[in-house]
Amino acid sequence: MANIIIPTPLRKFTGNETIVKVEGDTVKASIDQLVSKFPDLNKHILDADGNIRKFIKVYVGDEDISTLNNENTVVKDDTTIGIIPAIAGGKK
Amino acid sequence: MSTGFSKEELERYSRHLIIPEFNIEGQRKLKEAKVLVIGTGGLGSPVLLYLAAAGIGHIGILDFDVVDDSNLQRQVLFSVDDVGKPKAEVAKARLEKLNPHIDFTVHNEKLTSENALEIISQYDLVADGTDNFPTRYLVNDACVILGKTNVYASIFRFEGQVSVFNYQYEDGTFGPNYRDLFPTPPPPGLVPSCAEGGVLGILPGTVGSFQANEVIKVISGIGEPLVGRLFLYDALRFDTRTLKIKKNPNTPKIEELIDYQQFCGIGGKEDVVANVKEISVLDLKKWREEEKDFQLIDVREPYEYDIANLDGELIPQKTVKDRLSKISSDRDVVIHCRSGKRSAEVIESLEEKGFRNLYNLKGGILAWANEIDANMAKY
Repeated sequence: MANIIIPTPLRKFTGNETIVKVEGDTVKASIDQLVSKFPDLNKHILDADGNIRKFIKVYVGDEDISTLNNENTVVKDDTTIGIIPAIAGGKK
Repeated sequence: MSTGFSKEELERYSRHLIIPEFNIEGQRKLKEAKVLVIGTGGLGSPVLLYLAAAGIGHIGILDFDVVDDSNLQRQVLFSVDDVGKPKAEVAKARLEKLNPHIDFTVHNEKLTSENALEIISQYDLVADGTDNFPTRYLVNDACVILGKTNVYASIFRFEGQVSVFNYQYEDGTFGPNYRDLFPTPPPPGLVPSCAEGGVLGILPGTVGSFQANEVIKVISGIGEPLVGRLFLYDALRFDTRTLKIKKNPNTPKIEELIDYQQFCGIGGKEDVVANVKEISVLDLKKWREEEKDFQLIDVREPYEYDIANLDGELIPQKTVKDRLSKISSDRDVVIHCRSGKRSAEVIESLEEKGFRNLYNLKGGILAWANEIDANMAKY
């Protein structure tokens, strides 16, 4: 069980939910459950092979999962998973 | 003994001078500094105001745009009288009144791969408040090549990000840069822009103030600059987080500037999207005057319809697939949105379902406001 914090640009795909509770022992299992709950999120977070997209950062607490055990990083009950998108501001 | 400051300057900066860890040495560092602020919009406005007020000795102001009515909700440098004038020039005039003891250089031009190195090399530090991914990567890469610190901030709707990139430590090594965080940009369309997503006017004021604070810290050498850390601010939840950024050993070495439009996938894809039949707003006006039998569909959101509309049938883009029966198949149908992009996407998807009678209104309701109805609100 972990809490995933949804960043503003992706909240329109979660019905404006900002924190989503998910079951799962790893980051991968947590993200998979998030996108199965909100299928519209899928293409914004995962690529066609199911890997986390390169312009999205995933954090466990304040650590980038790429400095931990990547998608296999273990999560606990009180773990906060952050999804950090690149944002640029005004124009595309 | 001369302090290097006039009596007026000493009095002006007295609240800095009496801070023990800042004092006249900190103020002298500000006076000797050259800072380039890229973008004079929502972020650039507070950054420029505070840096000028604080006494940064030389400020470069870079923006190619002119002031627009829709800027005034958040770009607090500008007034109603400035609409239509070049932002960089207006900013300089305003800031000179705020602090006559410092110098400004106006760069009333777009930052490009051709001019970025020459412009940025004239400064000690850059504050990046631009509004698009190609320029973000351009600023980052130019700063890395030149060894300049890039104080970065970015905003979307209710959320902001701040970091200090490419900071040079005392031992000569550099901290992480933007590419250590995001090696590649998102493809166009996957991340909504402020133009479609909106931005709460106060957000850039808050985030830009954090950005200006980091500039002052880096230059004066006080405190712990936001190096190797990403600060996140969610104005809606009033939540702040500070995450760690490490140098990524897999980030390719940046040795030269590239074509950042192409790198960010901008240019090609939209042309393909726009490959549908279209009519101009003048054609639409003529069709109406001739009382031609056609259907006009507006695929924007209801809150946009409330701002301005053409009396079209409102079928928001994401509901179109469930309301196909509402779309005529036995007469011409004109589909419009704000600028013509969403309506082109709708037409593409409908043509895949067999529709052949659809026309995109070129330039959307914005073109109608520009060319037909001057009283219509643009947003």
